[in-house]
Amino acid sequence: MKPGAASEARATFRPDGSVEHTPAVELGRDKPLRLASGATLGPFTVAYQTYGTLNEARSNAILLCHALTGDQYAAGIHPVTGRPGWWDEIIGPGRPFDTDRYFILCTNVLGGCMGTTGPADNSPATGKPYDMSFPLITIGDMVEAQARLLDHLGIDQLLAVVGGSMGAMQALEWAHRFPERVFASVPIAGAARHTAQNIAFHEVGRQAIMSDPNWHAGNYRVHDTKPSQGLAVARMAAHITYLSDEALHRKFGRGLQDREIPTYGFEADFQVESYLRHQGRSFVERFDANSYLYITRAMDYFDIAAEHDGQLAAAFVDTPVRFCIVSFTSDWLFPTAESRAIVHALNANAANVSFVEIDTDKGHDSFLLDVPEFHAILSSFLNSAAEQHGLDGP
Amino acid sequence: MTAHANTAVAAPAASNARPDGIRVDLQLIADMIEPGSRLLDIGCGDGALLRYLVSEKSVDGRGIEISQAGVNACVRQGLSVVQGDADTDLKDYPDAAFDYVVLSQTLQATRNPRLVLLELLRIGRRAIVSFPNFGFWRCRAQLAMRGRMPVTGVLDNPWYRTPNIHFCTISDFLDLCRAEGAVVERRHALGQDGQSNGFWVSKFFANLLGEQGVFMLSRPTK
Repeated sequence: MKPGAASEARATFRPDGSVEHTPAVELGRDKPLRLASGATLGPFTVAYQTYGTLNEARSNAILLCHALTGDQYAAGIHPVTGRPGWWDEIIGPGRPFDTDRYFILCTNVLGGCMGTTGPADNSPATGKPYDMSFPLITIGDMVEAQARLLDHLGIDQLLAVVGGSMGAMQALEWAHRFPERVFASVPIAGAARHTAQNIAFHEVGRQAIMSDPNWHAGNYRVHDTKPSQGLAVARMAAHITYLSDEALHRKFGRGLQDREIPTYGFEADFQVESYLRHQGRSFVERFDANSYLYITRAMDYFDIAAEHDGQLAAAFVDTPVRFCIVSFTSDWLFPTAESRAIVHALNANAANVSFVEIDTDKGHDSFLLDVPEFHAILSSFLNSAAEQHGLDGP
Repeated sequence: MTAHANTAVAAPAASNARPDGIRVDLQLIADMIEPGSRLLDIGCGDGALLRYLVSEKSVDGRGIEISQAGVNACVRQGLSVVQGDADTDLKDYPDAAFDYVVLSQTLQATRNPRLVLLELLRIGRRAIVSFPNFGFWRCRAQLAMRGRMPVTGVLDNPWYRTPNIHFCTISDFLDLCRAEGAVVERRHALGQDGQSNGFWVSKFFANLLGEQGVFMLSRPTK
């Protein structure tokens, strides 16, 4: 990546109408990734999107880390879904991720299905899809893959790494693994570990996929089918955990769907059922079932303290990174207590940390929704980090 | 601590603030701070002191604030502030982590002021503590003459609404410092105008004429 060169590269469409996820680079041909599991992976491809312009000093790059079912299309219109990117509202000139000032970079995670190498891709060894022969990956492996991309782009240090949920795990892992490459880290609605409850919900989703007869032990591509029903159920169950009881009630209550009286049957009588079915159906259009298995597993294995004899504070000794930890009052999937545990660990190192809990009833998904207080905090923290990092004002 | 926001010095803020700066009692604290030092402001409220110190004295400043609204206001100004409680969250910090730890108008609102004071001396090389002086003559007069709990400029809440649960006088505070072996490096008694009058001629007069006390302490030498 040449500094000063605005990257307008976007996904391209092949003649048959399918999407080619560009830009994407092949990495690790000479030096494969050594994964946490002990396996190696290489070469591998990382697909990414950029917004804004890398400055001469290469000091204005912000890495956005997407959540479990997100991807690199953070802004603009998604080439597969045709809908705006997951942080479209806050990326752009004058917005919190000010593209007049910052160079915004977002990669599809390792194991994903939007162009970065994952189980749906062909293994160079066999020429056939990896599927369940894809090695188990961790959040740390995802971060290592992102670091390889930064090497490729010639970016030594990120101004900030920002993400929600699984993205928060990556933002924390970046600060843990590469403290010298991260000026500021913003883990939002995250945790330093996946809790038993988190793992339990993921296991329900995985079992839904794996018990779908069309899953074929992961080899559904050979059978030219998809475990759509299983994946849809997994998404429906997970989607409930992203919302709060209040938000569900406000949105749907006990309202009936397209009818005046209940059918006294098992159709989607209630609006909330219809909504969840729609969420499930649309999800399978854009997401690969095996990717879902691998990425949920990566989150389950996440526990930064485990590498330090259970002492989270030991993971951040003398950290030079500035942190802004954000949680939401109604998030019961990654509750404030998890964020507070990170704050305690950082305070034990007298680290430079801000911690805000945003009052909202929108649940875990608040980080993706219109929550003005959150956006104001994000904007001012990034602005102050940029100033401390020597960037000119907006 | 909310102490900042809704008690104590909230009232004289307008009258005592310099047109170009911060409240005079905060200015007095700010003047004690060496430029470029590491500082923790406990009960930093809306971040007025912290913002001043970061911009005017280039301190590496952090804050703890109990009210979420205060924390958000601070972070929105680019300050490094966490939501936390002086009574419970100081134990996280390592020894001598900061050059200065500031506890402004908050000590009297803590559940265990003695333990908080010891924590200040542990995590800071120096502790700066300010508090409303319950020995101020107007407090004494209101209690003695009218038989009423004092309500003054810096103690502007009636008894049933005040977050201040551990009032003390300047003399009481100095007794605690002596008992814990804290070294009193600087001491100021602030009159009703918020201006420091040093310590008048003696502790007796400081305790009588000072509406607030401001002290810089260091840990006992072993």
